Amino acid sequence: MVKSWSELLVGRIVTTIGVAIALFWSLAPIYWIVVTSLKTSREIYAIPPTLLPARATLQNFNTALFNSKFPQFVMNSATVAVSVTLISAVIGALAAYPIARMQFKGRGVTARAIVMAYLLPPSLLFIPLFVVLQNLGLINTKTGLVLAYLTFTVPFCTWMLIGYFRTIPIELDEAAKVDGATRLQTLLKVVLPIAKPGLAVVALFAFTHAWNEFLYALVFVHSNDTKTFTAGLTGLIMGDTFIWGQLMASSVIAIAPILVIYIIAQRYIVEGLAAGSVKG
Amino acid sequence: MAEVVLNEVVKTYGDIYAVNHVSLTVADGEFVALVGPSGCGKTTTLSLIAGLNEISGGEIHIGGRLVNDLDPKDRDIAMVFQNYALYPNKTVFKNLAFPLQMRKLAKAEIERKVLSAAKVLDITHLLERKPRELSGGQQQRVALGRALVRDPRVFLMDEPLSNLDAKLRVQMRTELKRFHQDLEATVVYVTHDQLEAVTMADKMAVMHGGFLQQYDSPKNVFDNPVNMFVASFVGSPAMSLVPLEAVSHGSDVALRSPEGWELPLSPQNARKALGATSNQVVLGARHSTVKLHSAQTPGAVPGVVYTVEPTGDITFVQVFLGTSVVIVSLDPSVTVHPDQKVWIEFDQDKIHLFDGATELALAAV
Repeated sequence: MVKSWSELLVGRIVTTIGVAIALFWSLAPIYWIVVTSLKTSREIYAIPPTLLPARATLQNFNTALFNSKFPQFVMNSATVAVSVTLISAVIGALAAYPIARMQFKGRGVTARAIVMAYLLPPSLLFIPLFVVLQNLGLINTKTGLVLAYLTFTVPFCTWMLIGYFRTIPIELDEAAKVDGATRLQTLLKVVLPIAKPGLAVVALFAFTHAWNEFLYALVFVHSNDTKTFTAGLTGLIMGDTFIWGQLMASSVIAIAPILVIYIIAQRYIVEGLAAGSVKG
Repeated sequence: MAEVVLNEVVKTYGDIYAVNHVSLTVADGEFVALVGPSGCGKTTTLSLIAGLNEISGGEIHIGGRLVNDLDPKDRDIAMVFQNYALYPNKTVFKNLAFPLQMRKLAKAEIERKVLSAAKVLDITHLLERKPRELSGGQQQRVALGRALVRDPRVFLMDEPLSNLDAKLRVQMRTELKRFHQDLEATVVYVTHDQLEAVTMADKMAVMHGGFLQQYDSPKNVFDNPVNMFVASFVGSPAMSLVPLEAVSHGSDVALRSPEGWELPLSPQNARKALGATSNQVVLGARHSTVKLHSAQTPGAVPGVVYTVEPTGDITFVQVFLGTSVVIVSLDPSVTVHPDQKVWIEFDQDKIHLFDGATELALAAV
């Protein structure tokens, strides 16, 4: 049935309103962070609050970047997040391939155990993990923090990659086998290049998780050379005093890398979701 | 090139026999088609030869060497897959070069071999493209090229034409046949399409339920099917099968239908019918050997037309003889219409008789 002109118009309007609400809902906090970071302390506390800074200032950014420990915290976060990303992707791929492709006893149990591990809430694990890390002498080290994050990201990456590998026709592995490739060569030269979009998704997830994580960072590390920025931001809250301007400027700085990575990786991820691996 | 010998080959999954004591020999340079309906064990047999599946029992020899425990790469075989299994992230050149790289050939040698294989298959202009930029027929050719480039002793092909459209399939069929003739290659070819097997193969192995039913030249399989399954599987349209009862009148033997008509048998056919384990005998006839009369004729049996299917140069008519269907081919100029009463005449020299209990073909004693 052909829709009438008025029906089309109503449809448009409803869609537009819906999109507008969704955008407002998700973007308003970010807008507020950015705007606040550009305000002077006096204006931040002004009543009524201003939607745009009356006199924009970069003072907060200046303090955050050059007169605080914040850049070091960001560097710590980057070290931890990049390590977590690389290690989870490598272990995830090596664990997912046999589960997706080989026949062995306990395969189903392993696959289910991986999902279970991923479903355990981190807030339940942080006390036992603390004990483990303490006994290993890894409390207040970046290595310890990386290990703690891996308990969450490795199961997730493995689980995601099992699913992705299963969408790749098994005939490709068989063809590689007939062509003379070993299992490892098959994984490295045939399967992984096809699974690039899947790898991009899991790497991005692992990075985002490690970058944004707060609880473990607060509990497991405390010195300036190990603390990540999420824990570092709490240093700007002293008792009931919030240094809002610097807090918001620091947040903007912390959002920037992940935003850039998402924009770059977006092409891959969309490709990964849209395209099958090979035509039948 | 090499001979492939299967000796009592078995593949089981738990209690299920996917391949049940299959023995056959593919001579050097022969094109053998494994045919049968889905789940008959033909693809499993092929992957056992390739070494992609572990054998449960029996022996496979390629070129005189026992290969049971060898990896696919050490069997000196090449395989063409149903979905081609081209590496989607590699160019055509790299797809062809991959098996050679895995064998650690020198770069110059690889290039020479790839270019010569590409020339044979007329895909030189496609070498820099990725598989997804190719048409189905071109992908098919690249898949053949990847098999060819290695100079294997045996080519294994798993339904390589079934993903192509009908017209291209016929064209590629011709090309594959030519490919086999030029290379004098040993080819084991799996298909569910009996027409492909009949047109291309030197020999066809008809499989059903994991068992090898018949292994012979297409002509012999067509002319002398060993049992009712082979009779009904090979040939298009299939052979018509009519279950009847053998009755003796003195020294004469006739086949009687549940409706009461009787078909007297020639002396040779009578001897065949008497060799059955019971009086249940199945009459088999191919459409081209059956005549249709619109008036009662001596020796013909009555039936009713069910459907008329004109195909252009031949018209197929399905006739109900009681509850069994017999297919008759007619010249398109003959007109018959549904529900018309007709008389069917069988050619005594060309009918097949099967034992109703064992389903095996009956031979004259």
